Amino acid sequence: MAAPETSTAAVPTLYTNNTLRNAFGGVLSFFILLLIGVMAFSIRLFSVIKYESVIHEFDPYFNYRVTQFLAKNGIYEFWNWFDDRTWYPLGRVIGGTVYPGLTLTAGTIWWLLNSLNIPLSVETVCVFTAPIFSAFASWATFLLTKEVKGTGAGLTAAALLAMVPSYISRSVAGSYDNEAVAIFALIFTFYLYIKTLNTGSLFYATLNSIAYFYMVCSWGGYTFIINLIPMHVLLCIVTGRFSSRLYIAYAPLVVLGTLLAALVPVVGFNAVMTSEHFASFLVFIILHVVAFVYYIKGILSPKMFKVAVTLVVSVGLAVCCAVIAVLIALVASSPTKGWSGRSLSLLDPTYASKYIPIIASVSEHQPPTWPSYFMDINVLAFLVPAGIIACFSPLSDSSSFVVLYIATSVYFSGVMVRLMLVFAPAACITSGIALSQSFDVFTRSIKFQLPGISSSMEVDAVETSSATAEAQNDAVKTEKSEETSKNRPSKKSKKKEKEKEEKPSTKAKAEKRLLALPLDSSVIFLLLLILLGAFYVVHCVWAAAEAYSAPSIVLTSRSHDGLHVFDDFREAYGWLRHNTDVDDKVASWWDYGYQTTAMANRTVIVDNNTWNNTHIATVGTAMSSPEKAAWEIFHSLDVKYVLVVFGGLVGYPSDDINKFLWMVRIGGGVFPHIKEPDYLRDGQYRIDSQATPTMLNCLMYKLSYYRFVETDGKGFDRVRQTEIGKKYFKLTHFEEVFTTHHWMVRIYKLKPPKNRIRGKTKKSKSKTSSASSRGKRSGTGKKNPWQ
Amino acid sequence: MEAPIRATGILGFTLFSLLFFVCRSSPLHNLFISNAERRIDVTSHIVKVYLTLKVENAGTTPTSEVLLAFPPTQVDHLATVEALVTKGKRKKTTLVRLDVKPTELPDAPNGAKYFTIYLANPLNSGESTTLEVLYLFTHSLEPFPAEIGQSESQLVHYRDSALILSPYHIKQQTTFIKTPSTKVESFTRVEPTNRAGTEIKYGPYEDRPPYSFSPILVHFENNSPFPVVEELVREVEISHWGNLQVTEQYTLVHGGARHKGVFSRVDYQSRPTLSGASSLQHLLARLPPRVHSVYYRDEIGNISSSHLRTDSRKSELEIEPRYPLFGGWKATFVIGYGLPLQDFLFESSDDRRYLNFTFGCPLLETVVDKLTVKVVLPEGSKDPSAVVPFPVDQHLETKYSYLDVVGRTVVVMEKKNLVPVQNSHFQVYYTFKPIFMLAEPLMLASAFFLFFVACVAYLHIDLSIRK
Repeated sequence: MAAPETSTAAVPTLYTNNTLRNAFGGVLSFFILLLIGVMAFSIRLFSVIKYESVIHEFDPYFNYRVTQFLAKNGIYEFWNWFDDRTWYPLGRVIGGTVYPGLTLTAGTIWWLLNSLNIPLSVETVCVFTAPIFSAFASWATFLLTKEVKGTGAGLTAAALLAMVPSYISRSVAGSYDNEAVAIFALIFTFYLYIKTLNTGSLFYATLNSIAYFYMVCSWGGYTFIINLIPMHVLLCIVTGRFSSRLYIAYAPLVVLGTLLAALVPVVGFNAVMTSEHFASFLVFIILHVVAFVYYIKGILSPKMFKVAVTLVVSVGLAVCCAVIAVLIALVASSPTKGWSGRSLSLLDPTYASKYIPIIASVSEHQPPTWPSYFMDINVLAFLVPAGIIACFSPLSDSSSFVVLYIATSVYFSGVMVRLMLVFAPAACITSGIALSQSFDVFTRSIKFQLPGISSSMEVDAVETSSATAEAQNDAVKTEKSEETSKNRPSKKSKKKEKEKEEKPSTKAKAEKRLLALPLDSSVIFLLLLILLGAFYVVHCVWAAAEAYSAPSIVLTSRSHDGLHVFDDFREAYGWLRHNTDVDDKVASWWDYGYQTTAMANRTVIVDNNTWNNTHIATVGTAMSSPEKAAWEIFHSLDVKYVLVVFGGLVGYPSDDINKFLWMVRIGGGVFPHIKEPDYLRDGQYRIDSQATPTMLNCLMYKLSYYRFVETDGKGFDRVRQTEIGKKYFKLTHFEEVFTTHHWMVRIYKLKPPKNRIRGKTKKSKSKTSSASSRGKRSGTGKKNPWQ
Repeated sequence: MEAPIRATGILGFTLFSLLFFVCRSSPLHNLFISNAERRIDVTSHIVKVYLTLKVENAGTTPTSEVLLAFPPTQVDHLATVEALVTKGKRKKTTLVRLDVKPTELPDAPNGAKYFTIYLANPLNSGESTTLEVLYLFTHSLEPFPAEIGQSESQLVHYRDSALILSPYHIKQQTTFIKTPSTKVESFTRVEPTNRAGTEIKYGPYEDRPPYSFSPILVHFENNSPFPVVEELVREVEISHWGNLQVTEQYTLVHGGARHKGVFSRVDYQSRPTLSGASSLQHLLARLPPRVHSVYYRDEIGNISSSHLRTDSRKSELEIEPRYPLFGGWKATFVIGYGLPLQDFLFESSDDRRYLNFTFGCPLLETVVDKLTVKVVLPEGSKDPSAVVPFPVDQHLETKYSYLDVVGRTVVVMEKKNLVPVQNSHFQVYYTFKPIFMLAEPLMLASAFFLFFVACVAYLHIDLSIRK
């Protein structure tokens, strides 16, 4: 923006000056981008530095195990992999039920490195996949925002995204989950869509379909793309912004994208069968109808056109009605109206808690709270409205897309805390636009009022040149689009309007001079903005270092005598791995399924891929049954060891006793003899002396608190802050085989069935019946689901 | 209960062979042992036997070879045999190590195996010398009962002979067995036998003919853990940029009485002396001084329970497995560390380089069933040869590491049944041209150069079809 003074006077110097400045700006923004990538990568390494290079949490362990399999056995074995280590005795077809994007990405990186003789382990590659892809994601954000509002906004948005806590929470080193690569794929797909929309190039349209394919491979959240883009297309059509560029941006995506998506085994025919995809096909049809109408309008005279319209509308309406009726009939014939449970709970937030306790039981499927918005996007929450306003001045195809993106993602993030992740890039883009535009305004006013420093203003060329860059972009665009779309008069006129806005810069600048803010206030506002940015950076670093880096399999606590490490989970898994038979089955609540198969290499009954409700309900029933009934269920499932997580000794709150009500609910959902009120005293969940006898006699209580009273003599549970209800009891059908150092994981073995001795049958029968009379009473008339 | 039968079998056969040998004359019988004292230390799980032999030559010809005989059951567990001879008089005695080699004799009775001690100076007729022999047995304490609960203490059987098995006539011999505690359940009496404190004394026995054998069984308490490394792979990677990287992969097992039934953490934590007394809780690894970047992990991540103490002479790494190991429990882990290269790599006189490093396992008091030492030489090194003080299986491999093109030569040495005493040094000689050190940096530099050239070329060439 140093140009205005000289622009009218000396055009040639301006030209050379501009190219130099562009080159300088290009190099500068390249280095800024490089630094943003480095920052995005390194801010996610707190977990490695503070803890260790290890896979985090639950799902990443499954992905890690799949990647290991892929690296060891190759791609064909991977597609055909039937995993008999999970869901015993059902097993799971991994190749056909997993989104393979992440695994294939990490597997390819590993293969590439190893073929260059860089011997990194699969684990190392998996740990660092997420930080690498977050660097890619910030670059994709730059590209997307640059398409919308120019380089300055792009750089700001990229910098914001590189450290947005919401995204960090899912992509720290070790958090090897689908979202890690999916966010990059999401943003990149959007970028290519906008790029195609701006250029009308079929090349980008094809790339867009491929990016969409990668997104489909990576994450179930691809349905967001395939619904958002049609919404935007529809919006463009309705607001009279239909153009051939829009057609090129959308039609190839639907055709190619759907074909490619159907190639992914987990999606397959869902790409055309489920309701999530119907919107895209409907818009596809509408788009063609509109295109056809515009075409007819072009070749017919206005009079003829009117006749044609009446003809077509009457026939078309009839056909449309028929098609829609058929569609509705098809959809209505399926029980969930063709929608998956998770998608339904998105549309109706109360759906899951009403009908599917498994989805409701997962903490990341809960709606977020207000503080979590502040925690996850911090100051962006205040900048987003400003960004939306900036998007409206002027409103272009691309900026309307950003507005639509943010509006929908705000809604989705309000339904499910997990989808905050989709909202974060949108927030970063709009805030980037807001920040960059306001910087633009303030610096321009300062420059206007201090004409003497205009020559030295080149230093902050990045921020100020954004507007010029944008203007040039638009100029290039108009040139290109003029070539591509000559048959579109309405669009041309629109373009002309744009040119009127942008090109005669002297006029616009004259206007802008009048809009300049007072010097002191703009300086103050600039400082405040910088302060706001600084606050954001501080918060993000804090969130990355303190809040989101814990791997959750290793816990640490600081006390007066230094750092204390709780490594109980791995202790237990290590024990299982080395000291049990390789074919033993381990039963635990489904949360620990992935970790058990990955770290202990033992067969589990249920795991975190909650695809079979009945099976989970069976384990839930066993956990909430008295000992003998539970033993029978487990024995019929060929279980040898039962693993429970118990935090009562050290105060680890997310243990099995706290999750127990979900086991009851899910179990009771399938086996009605398990009733939630039996476990609650006056609607309250308690394990102290006021607890119900059903609670005190269920397997989970017994396995958690077996001999717990001997640690301190009272049996004081530090999580529930109370003394336990039943202190001294013996186990009749289970025996303790391992308890970790801090008692966080306890492993029990099923006692072998007693030998039947002919003379003694009567006696032993009466004994067992007296021992478990209470259990019998509560379980009268029930049947073991596995017998 | 196969072992007692075998023992009685040996007894029977030795009695028979005894008769057989008495009637036979052999050149061996030129020597006889005038006095033998044997001290058997069974306090840990490695049985140490200190044998003091006073050998006299009664024959007419000088001899320089003395034979040691072992029953075949013991030979399988024999880890090492060392012999020393005292030199000098009175105060100025020095111990000189003698060569000991396994020998095959064609007429060995009942499969007895022999080791020959080669004396430094031949023993003339009528002269005598005193030999100090040390040999170690592994896996020789058999837990009985074979399975114990958490609160029980570990009892073991030790089988041997009250009389020293020897191809020579022994005039006088005594055997002492040192047990870890006074708690001895039973022991075989071969009069005169008596027990005082932690020591059982067999003998003195007078004038026993060659191959006398009298099996004994001692049943006593041994609550020391039995750390056995089933397999250890040590990889020593030489980098001429100044670092020696050592990676050791362990498969550890508690070789004592198998754990039976319940493991109760309450009992284990509240009564540590009574409960799980024989459990393996920690191990001590003695590493070279100036060690750096030490890590201790397993396949599922870092194991946080370890301490490293370093001083100028040695480094001690105290490690705890993830969980206490009870009898029969297993654990695997990896220890890795870096060392400064100048402490271990030297140049020999013939312009070759050699690595001088310890062969065995750095864990103290640990038996290694199978040890594989891999020395990864830098890329481009030639003519590797290894010098090891005892016989090992050797072969060469090729390994590809960071950006290798031709691969690195790996000298692989394998040995079975190893005890810490054998942590002697070995040498690997090779030739290496320092120019190879620059191969990888140059390769990287040229790759980047080509990349940038390609970028420049791409930016300057107009590839569009339309002008």
